Amino acid sequence: MKKMIALGFEGSANKIGVGVVTLDGTILSNPRHTYITPPGQGFLPRETAQHHLQHILPLIKSALKTAQITPDEIDCLCYTKGPGMGAPLQVAAVVVRILSQLWKKPIVAVNHCVAHIEMGRIVTGADDPVVLYVSGGNTQVIAYSEGRYQIFGETIDIAVGNCLDRFARVLTLSNDPNPGYNIEQLAKKGEQFIDLPYVVKGMDVSFSGILSYIEATAVEKLKNNECTPADLCYSLQETVFAMLVEITERAMAHCDTKDVLIVGGVGCNERLQEMMRTMCSERGGKLFATDDRYCIDNGAMIAYTGLLAYAHGTVTPLEESTFTQRFRTDEVHAIWRQKKEPSNMNGLMQESS
Amino acid sequence: MEIKTDVKESSLILLKQGAEARVFESNFVGRRSVIKERFSKKYRHPTLDSKITLKRLNAEARCMTKARRLGVSTPVLYSVDPVLHTLTFEYVEGPSVKDILLEFGSHGIIEERLDDIALQIGVAIAKLHDGGLIHGDLTTSNMLLKSGINQLVLIDFGLSFTSTLPEDKAVDLYVLERALLSMHSSCGNVMDQILAAYRKSSKQWSSTLNKLAQVRQRGRKRTMVG
Repeated sequence: MKKMIALGFEGSANKIGVGVVTLDGTILSNPRHTYITPPGQGFLPRETAQHHLQHILPLIKSALKTAQITPDEIDCLCYTKGPGMGAPLQVAAVVVRILSQLWKKPIVAVNHCVAHIEMGRIVTGADDPVVLYVSGGNTQVIAYSEGRYQIFGETIDIAVGNCLDRFARVLTLSNDPNPGYNIEQLAKKGEQFIDLPYVVKGMDVSFSGILSYIEATAVEKLKNNECTPADLCYSLQETVFAMLVEITERAMAHCDTKDVLIVGGVGCNERLQEMMRTMCSERGGKLFATDDRYCIDNGAMIAYTGLLAYAHGTVTPLEESTFTQRFRTDEVHAIWRQKKEPSNMNGLMQESS
Repeated sequence: MEIKTDVKESSLILLKQGAEARVFESNFVGRRSVIKERFSKKYRHPTLDSKITLKRLNAEARCMTKARRLGVSTPVLYSVDPVLHTLTFEYVEGPSVKDILLEFGSHGIIEERLDDIALQIGVAIAKLHDGGLIHGDLTTSNMLLKSGINQLVLIDFGLSFTSTLPEDKAVDLYVLERALLSMHSSCGNVMDQILAAYRKSSKQWSSTLNKLAQVRQRGRKRTMVG
């Protein structure tokens, strides 16, 4: 028998991606396109959706071509149901409905956050880590427990990536390839550490106060030549990442877990990875991290997670193939992790290969 | 002072290595005691690290004693050393609430005991909050039940601060609610019982619980906000 293949669509924020994967996690193709706004500006829902509409069909064609498959060979179509921005989410949801009827293939709705976790697990081989999911829209510390990915700590206001992105706008840094990358590069030149608020509440964090503070002081200090933009980037990174490492460590102590997996766009940041690695080694654990190919939103992660659910009997009927801006990580029943994983997965792979 | 260093060297038994402190069992002038040493975090910028370590050490010492004044049972503080970043306090014998609830989860719940624990937790938090003290890290591992008398003892005031704002009190309760949900979902509605007890003994319960409802809402919505 042939391997099970899924086609996945991701369009919850400013990236539109289409991926083709098999059940063992092999990525056959994974093209994506990012909507990049001018420096000083963020992306707005309407323009982002228009961008996605323009690029989704060429991306599907190129994904199928690179993977060297025809629509007939696909087992299921997976798409991001949420969370995300409404208008961009709609693009993938509508396209998947049409393709499902054209090609007569079942649909599987996928939670974006869970997809990040599953992708991280299959790429790094991490078995049961504490997951730090950090991106432009989400900041969560997650661990698997009793059939679900439970959220142990998270931001009580804006996401860490949002904080970094918006600070990049204050400095009018380029949004290409992404604001966080440019902050990271600039931070390497920083020398002076500027005291910023440090806000950890139990296992939760807050970033909006730090952002307001640095937005206000940055202008003032730069005007008086008291510091450089590089110093500000450096201090902001050091402060917010220390907060993230701290809550991750708290969750590790709480769940008695040694390993950490970082996923999400901010997870590409090498300074964050370095700090987390130091913390893990102090605790005798290991850090699992991926690079921008998997960390940043992509279609393959949706395809893979959808395929896991599909292989365990989950299908989303056409009339339920909706999208939603709010979709918590812990709402998803992770059925593929419930039974003893190794034996279960082997059985499935033998069946399908 | 000499006696102390002497004892330290001779009989330090590591009890627990936490996220940011090591806890040792020791002897303080003949009494069984606990030494909590905050260590520096290598991943943190040195300036930030020493600021946070010292701030939390001071906060912990102040808040522990303040909690006692408010009538909440905490270990008795014996000494503070800002140079070594250590606190020395009374050794409290007994299991943590976390262990008890986990046992309930696996061996069945003893309703009577659970009711008593929830009541004590609710009353203790109400006393703290009415006195303007926020614990900051209310998890079941930071609550002990003193052996023999089953009295609730709150520990780890490292994230505590003083505030009378309903917002801070609500977030304090919310942290506990989330810890209970993620760790002890099999124990039923412990949080409801805790809140009921809180409501009965706190004078300012209404503003805090109204705010708690708002904080929960915020939690629901905070996935993906621009």
